[in-house]
Amino acid sequence: MMNINVQSSSPSVVTFKDRSKQIFNQLGMLIILALLIVVMSVIAPNFTDSSNILNVLKQSSITAILAAGMTVVILTGGIDLSVGSTLALSGVISVLLSNSGVPVVFSMFAGAAVGYIAGAINGYLTAVPKLPAFIVTLGSMTYLRGLAYVITGGYPVVLASEKFKFIGAGEILGIPTPIYIMAIVYIIMFVVLKYTMFGRHVYAIGGNEEAAHLTGIKVNRTLINVYSISGLLAGISGVVMAGRLFSGQPMVGIAFELDAIAAVVLGGTSFVGGRGRIQGTIIGVLIVAVLTNGMTLLNVDYYWQQVVKGIVIVIAVLLDRLRSRN
Amino acid sequence: MIITKEQQTRIHSIKAQPIMSMKGVTKQFSGVKVLQNVDIELYQGEVHALMGENGAGKSTLMKIMAGVYQPDGGLIVYKGQEVHWNNPMDARNKGISVIHQEISLSPNLSIGENILMGTSLKKSRLGLISWNDIYEKAENILSSIGSSLDPRANVSSLSVAQQQMVEIARALSLNSEILIMDEPTASLTDKEIERLFTIIDGLKRKGVAIVYISHRMDEIFKISNRFTVLRDGRLVTSGPISETNPTHLVKLMVGRELNELFVRDRSENNTETKNQKPVLELRGISDRKIVKDVSLKIYPGEIVGLAGLVGAGRTELVRTIFGLSDLSEGQIYIEGRSVQIKNPTDAIKLGIAHVPESRKEQGLLPNLSVKENIMMAQFPMYRKFRLLQYSKINREADRYIEELGVRTASKEQNVMGLSGGNQQKVVIAKWLSIGPKVLLLDEPTRGVDIGAKTEIHKIINQLAEQGLAVLMISSELPEILGVSDRILVMHEGRLRAELSHKEATQEKIMFYATGEVK
Repeated sequence: MMNINVQSSSPSVVTFKDRSKQIFNQLGMLIILALLIVVMSVIAPNFTDSSNILNVLKQSSITAILAAGMTVVILTGGIDLSVGSTLALSGVISVLLSNSGVPVVFSMFAGAAVGYIAGAINGYLTAVPKLPAFIVTLGSMTYLRGLAYVITGGYPVVLASEKFKFIGAGEILGIPTPIYIMAIVYIIMFVVLKYTMFGRHVYAIGGNEEAAHLTGIKVNRTLINVYSISGLLAGISGVVMAGRLFSGQPMVGIAFELDAIAAVVLGGTSFVGGRGRIQGTIIGVLIVAVLTNGMTLLNVDYYWQQVVKGIVIVIAVLLDRLRSRN
Repeated sequence: MIITKEQQTRIHSIKAQPIMSMKGVTKQFSGVKVLQNVDIELYQGEVHALMGENGAGKSTLMKIMAGVYQPDGGLIVYKGQEVHWNNPMDARNKGISVIHQEISLSPNLSIGENILMGTSLKKSRLGLISWNDIYEKAENILSSIGSSLDPRANVSSLSVAQQQMVEIARALSLNSEILIMDEPTASLTDKEIERLFTIIDGLKRKGVAIVYISHRMDEIFKISNRFTVLRDGRLVTSGPISETNPTHLVKLMVGRELNELFVRDRSENNTETKNQKPVLELRGISDRKIVKDVSLKIYPGEIVGLAGLVGAGRTELVRTIFGLSDLSEGQIYIEGRSVQIKNPTDAIKLGIAHVPESRKEQGLLPNLSVKENIMMAQFPMYRKFRLLQYSKINREADRYIEELGVRTASKEQNVMGLSGGNQQKVVIAKWLSIGPKVLLLDEPTRGVDIGAKTEIHKIINQLAEQGLAVLMISSELPEILGVSDRILVMHEGRLRAELSHKEATQEKIMFYATGEVK
């Protein structure tokens, strides 16, 4: 250990303005979610019913799991457009395996593994030949979906096993299984991002890849792991989705990557990388879910719901830009 | 452009009216004064040599003249009127062009487009570009400087010298009256330089005023009429080139007081380190770009200064040691053992730390806290069941912040909010935490104010006393002289001189660095 002593003078002071800005950055979207919930509780009939609340959580669970992986990817300054297609392929493969007599648990693991491998390939191409993540995952979005169609001939595969359905449509203590899975994923991702070297390296790479490299961080290996995690979570979502739909469907999950990206951005994660939190992402997911649910309860026309959702996303990005300017 | 009566009378009182005169120009960047009250005058048809060490403020002054920066104080009088450039286009439209050190052409466009970009092109009746017109005009301009380049060819296919011709042609297409050339000959062969000088002569006759920035004395005395010397952002002197000589110019450029800077006490560690084993030894190192056949040894507790001009290959040498660029020849030894360093991770494992040249782009992990910036490299030491133990990390971070005197509101503060000097301390702290044997410093105090500079010098000194081998690149000669035990001077990729701190002077270093003495 080194011992150095240099005279130090008084530290600078954090102003009240900095402090309040910081609080807004941390709580900004949470305040918006809270307001949204209060408004919906008042104007939307049955919004506060426990069955409705569980419904909101259940419906957002798939997007939430995808968005958790997407958060890590976007934190490195990347993007993963392939999660919707990965979800479809993983679901189809796990259902086909289960139907062919493979034990349920193994076929579920296989579905998740398919996602992991698809993600690892994305990561390798992004990290080593340094192809743009957008192009790499645009390609895999297309070929993974294509594979799902090829192995099913384009038709849904109906699930034979009753046990398999538990993961998507079952309940524990009256709460749907996907909600538990979502909660576990978020707890693990929180710990990974905050308390592991991998997690801190993700932030370092997103902030400044060259500086991270010069600090001795293994940038390539970290990036491959990042995309693998996104793929793995997409694979898990695919299995959950299959359980919920009682079938593996090759056309499921189209445009899910966009919902996931929207949630991440709403959650305050910067698109340039290096800044954001997993807690923000779950808030982003819930904002969209509550908004959609509330509008449905209020009988807002489905087409108008799309318009509102889109505008909310644009405003969120605008907020992100204003924040990064400070 | 508003001009007061008072200014007008002042301007007219000058005898031969300069085309451009900058008066009392001041500029600072994040609190560091880069230019203080600098004057310069340019006359039509002259080549004006702008001289000074790296960091003396030459480029900043020229960027102000060309509208890239706005001055904090002082005035710019162009053709007898005070002007305020809002951006480089403003200045360019009025006839001030710059040929940058780095080529600034669009590589995928044709030569003709590059030359005429920025001029208002004649369009066809449909409002479309008339290609024949572009190529014809470009050809005329090129032939006026004696070049036979095909304006239809892509710029990417050209050599550096040819690209420079295109840059000059572009400046001419704008009917420039002032042409600023920043180290134009840096990448040219002797023959190409001769050609450039012929073009410069032609431009002089046309009445163009040329500002010529170069470190090569022979060129300066060959082509310039007058000179201006800057030092530490201040004007030293200005005059006709016939009234000076190379030795005198070098003296003007470096003559500086040393008293306000830190000076290392070398009473204990004399050069009697030779019977120890060197910590770092290089034998015949070359990279694929510029570094040629460099051999050196650094002993424990020694600070070796690496002097030279920008582009001499110092940064490249250090990057090679840290595994950032490949060796084409030679061998690196750490504590007498031959080692292979393929990437920074290898280097760090061997105990080599590297504080890079550009703090913002290479040194800091932006958006992360001071704590994480300091501790990131040693995270592996603070894990339990693979999870980071923040209680220990916090304690260590606090210790480094206190020991290095990092002025920060707290260890959780975003590192981008610190001043340059404190950011640099954070970057140094990051490396101390891995317990290095070799510390490579690339311009450790660039953009740092004088107080923090001295503190960083003290830190470097204390590290050496604890047995580290330090290799420090610096373009500031007083820093090199004040801190180093030994000084190596690089010129065009090779080590040209090794000076002990006793024999080294600013003048000697400058002579080796400019290639005056080989």
